[in-house]
Amino acid sequence: MDKHIYTPLTEEKARELRAGDYVYITGTIFTARDAAHKRMQEALDAGENLPIELKDAIIYYMGPSPAREGRPIGSAGPTTASRMDKYAPTLLDLGLKGMIGKGKRSQEVRDAIVRNGAVYFAAVGGAGALLSKSITASELVAYEDLGTEAIRRLEVVNFPVIVVADAEGNNLYETAIREYASESTCEL
Amino acid sequence: MRTIHVGEITKNIKEMCIEANHFLSQDMDIAMKHAVSVEKAPLGCQILEQLQENLQIAGEDMIPICQDTGMAVIFLKIGQEVHFEGGLLENAVNEGVRQGYTEGYLRKSVVKDPLLRENTKDNTPAVIHYEIVEGDKVTATVAPKGFGSENMSRIFMLKPSDGIDGVKQAILTAVKDAGPNACPPMVVGVGIGGTFEKCALLAKKALTRPVNEHSEIPYVKEMEEEMLQKINCLGIGPGGLGGTVTALAVNVETYPTHIAGLPVAVNICCHVNRHVTRII
Repeated sequence: MDKHIYTPLTEEKARELRAGDYVYITGTIFTARDAAHKRMQEALDAGENLPIELKDAIIYYMGPSPAREGRPIGSAGPTTASRMDKYAPTLLDLGLKGMIGKGKRSQEVRDAIVRNGAVYFAAVGGAGALLSKSITASELVAYEDLGTEAIRRLEVVNFPVIVVADAEGNNLYETAIREYASESTCEL
Repeated sequence: MRTIHVGEITKNIKEMCIEANHFLSQDMDIAMKHAVSVEKAPLGCQILEQLQENLQIAGEDMIPICQDTGMAVIFLKIGQEVHFEGGLLENAVNEGVRQGYTEGYLRKSVVKDPLLRENTKDNTPAVIHYEIVEGDKVTATVAPKGFGSENMSRIFMLKPSDGIDGVKQAILTAVKDAGPNACPPMVVGVGIGGTFEKCALLAKKALTRPVNEHSEIPYVKEMEEEMLQKINCLGIGPGGLGGTVTALAVNVETYPTHIAGLPVAVNICCHVNRHVTRII
């Protein structure tokens, strides 16, 4: 089912989303990937504030290629989410409501999604040129020295994603694959 | 003896880095278009159509096909009649990568030390594989490798008694585990034989073979066809969201090995599978 959502992503909005929904996001989202997550965890461990407000926020696991002149961003597709699994439950417990990436999540992350009424979206991996067209602005927020891994604030318009893991504990990767798997012919 | 100035190598590597990241090779382009026509899942079709649109935007607007413009893997087949002048070949190759990634607006994804993890800011160094061959030409293949799929690659040190079924099982295991993480539809490069490092290199090389060409060894060709069919009934599909096109090709390379061993490497690549070859 096609849905349009506007940020901030409140728990109420997140709970309405179901695995398999095709969602267009409009509003503000943040980028953070491996190194930025490590820094955020270190900041939390040291009792410091995070550079972004997590409440009702969406984090996009993405490190863009450089923007050409006159463009807000370069190629901007999702990176593999599982590398952020170590950090995601803590951030979800602090109010993060949405994550955009690609690939499987751990049981711990899926539990944290259910516990907090959050959602994990997949964007199409390897469609970075197409996805960049839904990003209208990009601004550096923190950790500039990390280059492509810095935290950025993005303005997006109808950014296309698919709900993979929802607040009810559904997981599209499992159900969709089962639908098209023909086990008998797969056997050796 | 033919003399080649290393500046010629730099210039070509630079152009190839940019080309590989913006345009699919012809074999991949054909395979991706074909995939749209055979995918049975509606969502899978939609994703494959988006990937077609993505390729069009990449070429027209010069935006990299994927933001992960890879670590530059470069194969150099150097004719033994070639003499290089103007500096060290390795430096010339890395200079080409530096210029390509900087001037081509490609992402710098390389860290200087695997544990200290400081970005080198110019995507160097490349991973370079040299081979000395007959003749007075240099054949260069630039294959920038993204790590979403690289991370899902595997090596299995099988026993000779595991045989061909063990090899097939290893391939299926690697692909199943990779699932949506490797940006399917994927290309599966397989190396069988040699030593621990040789089979990994064979698997990487297999990814640079055009996806519409089979092995010349009859039983290997048969295995390539059978594994492609088996992989495509795993149900993973485009984007890992379910479907009948999980892989575009399975390319297998083999090499003699030890009486006690049967090494198998499975190098998985995403649907971009960048590879550009030039003869210099």
